[in-house]
Amino acid sequence: MPNPSGNDSPSRSGTLLLRFNNSRNALGFVFMLPAAIFLLGFLTYPLGLGVWLGFTDTRIGRAGDFVGLQNYAYLMDDDVFWLSVFNTVVYTFVASILKFALGLWLALILNEKLPFKSFFRAIVLLPWVVPTVLSALAFWWIYDAQFSILSWSLMKLGLIEQPINFLGDPINARASVIAANVWRGIPFVAISLLAGLQTIPVSLQEAASLDGATPWKRFRYVTLPMLTPIIAVVMTFSVLFTFTDFQLIYVLTKGGPVNATHLMATLSFQRGIPGGQLGEGAAIAVAMIPFLLASILFSFFGLQRRKWQQGGTD
Amino acid sequence: MKINRRDLLAASASLAGAAGLGLTGSQPAFAQEPAYTPEAGASLRLLRWAPFVQGDEDAWLANTKKFTDATGVQVRVDKESWEDIRPKAAVTANVGSGPDMVFCWFDDAHQYPDKLVDLTDLGTYLDGKYGGFYDGLKGYAKRGDKYIALPLAAIGNAVCYRQSRIEAAGFKEFPKDTAGFLDLCKAMKAQGTPAGFAHGKAVGDGNNYVHWLLWSHGGKMVDEAGVVAINSPETIAAINYAKALYETFIPGTESWQDINNNRAFLAGQISLTANGVSLYYAAKKDEKLKDMVADLRATNFPIGPVGMGVELYQTTQAVVFNHTKYPNACKAYLKFMYEAEQMNAWITGSSAYCCQPLKAFASNPVWTADPIHAPYAKASETLRPNGYAGPLGYASAAVMADYVLVDMFAAAVTGSATPEEAVAQAEKRANRYYKV
Repeated sequence: MPNPSGNDSPSRSGTLLLRFNNSRNALGFVFMLPAAIFLLGFLTYPLGLGVWLGFTDTRIGRAGDFVGLQNYAYLMDDDVFWLSVFNTVVYTFVASILKFALGLWLALILNEKLPFKSFFRAIVLLPWVVPTVLSALAFWWIYDAQFSILSWSLMKLGLIEQPINFLGDPINARASVIAANVWRGIPFVAISLLAGLQTIPVSLQEAASLDGATPWKRFRYVTLPMLTPIIAVVMTFSVLFTFTDFQLIYVLTKGGPVNATHLMATLSFQRGIPGGQLGEGAAIAVAMIPFLLASILFSFFGLQRRKWQQGGTD
Repeated sequence: MKINRRDLLAASASLAGAAGLGLTGSQPAFAQEPAYTPEAGASLRLLRWAPFVQGDEDAWLANTKKFTDATGVQVRVDKESWEDIRPKAAVTANVGSGPDMVFCWFDDAHQYPDKLVDLTDLGTYLDGKYGGFYDGLKGYAKRGDKYIALPLAAIGNAVCYRQSRIEAAGFKEFPKDTAGFLDLCKAMKAQGTPAGFAHGKAVGDGNNYVHWLLWSHGGKMVDEAGVVAINSPETIAAINYAKALYETFIPGTESWQDINNNRAFLAGQISLTANGVSLYYAAKKDEKLKDMVADLRATNFPIGPVGMGVELYQTTQAVVFNHTKYPNACKAYLKFMYEAEQMNAWITGSSAYCCQPLKAFASNPVWTADPIHAPYAKASETLRPNGYAGPLGYASAAVMADYVLVDMFAAAVTGSATPEEAVAQAEKRANRYYKV
């Protein structure tokens, strides 16, 4: 029926609202908008700015000029940069493997029927819960050149005669910071894998047992394949966290001795902020991206091979 | 009677100036007194380094309260660990937001001079009124003819040692030259009471030590024109001397950061190191260390082949950022804090940790209140700037921030590089900043 007043706007706006409410595309767009703004503002823009800065000679307090690949060309010829790349790869590789092995082992133990199971699971999380800076400070004391509790204990036991030079010797320093990172990272791996273990149906394990599978064969042919998707995700995150680690190194050694523990992240900070070379610092940070992408691709395409999960050989 | 803002501005400088003149006993001709009227509704935020001596903070805050009481301008004083000031000030400069004023370190102000409020009128006035800023400090604060910062203090650094232990090592008094110093350190190691100086990435102690090593042997990072000159026979001599000294240290100094030598000294693990006067006060606070306090002595670093005392001291400057909405309030605040009454109270409260920026305050009684203070008293007068012998600027700041010299000595003394390799590496890194 026509509107006698001739004013049809309320019904038109009502129709628009109705159409909007019924439109899956429009609603989807609106619901995604906050996340999209967040991603653009806090991820895409800083990343883009970082990449751009890497191509400039920007310094603190001074807008830079475009210098092309000059920063990267300098880094290619910079021994300290390559040492930091080496340190980062070793740190990430060794720490990730140790975290995986020990985390999986811990998860398997926690998945067994243990007394006070919930209590132990809560305890295991503690290193992850403690702020990194605090645990780093604790390790700083543990590794102190003069007051290390480890050195003191070993000296009291008569096993060594003088304190271990944990952070002063390049090899010891690398091992020490890796140990601190492993201690801190194990809970994340262990609890995540424990969650994965609990999704494996007990009936599969029982069926394998009835077929005469040994505990090792049950682990190898039932548990591990079923756990692989979780392992892929957990290890991807673990590798990313380790590769980009900053706080532990900054507190324990600041990259010393003689840059033996400088990671790309700490070198990027040192050159970019206190050193004022924002362009070069950004270039070092951007140089981390290929390594990060490679590790992500390895995790996703290397560990999520479905045939292997299903007992095939790929 | 309540003092209003106008009264304060008119009277504070003259009253305080009179106090200053009383100290110096001279009648300097000083530049015309600038008057700063704080903007209506002004409130300020100052970021400073966390104090090492509590009296420093107490005195600064008490002076600040006096300023607020007199002007109504609220001043929030935030503090951060001293190592975090440099990056925070840098970010503040870059993003144009944050505190109105910062107490920055060394040549920070030269990294972002365009972001700072010109303080020439205030600097010139204070320079004229209080006997002049010390040249070394002035260099950190001036760019050309402009004050881009106000020199605030030099943080004195001195060799701290146990008298009984150097005597036990066969030395009645502390050696005056580097050769004697090496002999002392060897003797101290032989008797199990070694020395220890930071070779790790210790921003303060590490840089102070290695700059003395280099300069005392005649080496320098750059020449007067800012051309990198580290690769020299003098540098090699300094490194060889450092290697010999390092052999006498307690093990582990390669990993030492700024706090480690304090801990080791207070625990009796080392008997000789270099530090600010805070080490003495830390010992004094501990009842159990009474004997150590009585035995503790401080002196300046020994003189090397160069024939004169040459030391790097940390310097701190007050800067006002362009982004402040209240530049006049900032200047009024700084002017108030630098006037004699407040400055003397602050220097006294700092217990010899902060050495005065202006010559008129050299007669502050704090310097004679305790014999330990004596070697710290001349820090502002004798300091050599870190960019020596070239101009201060972003390159000199970056070379120090990137630990170029610290790494050079650490690499050589630990044997991870030969002296020649270590120097070549340092030269390459320095050239990057000085843009060859």
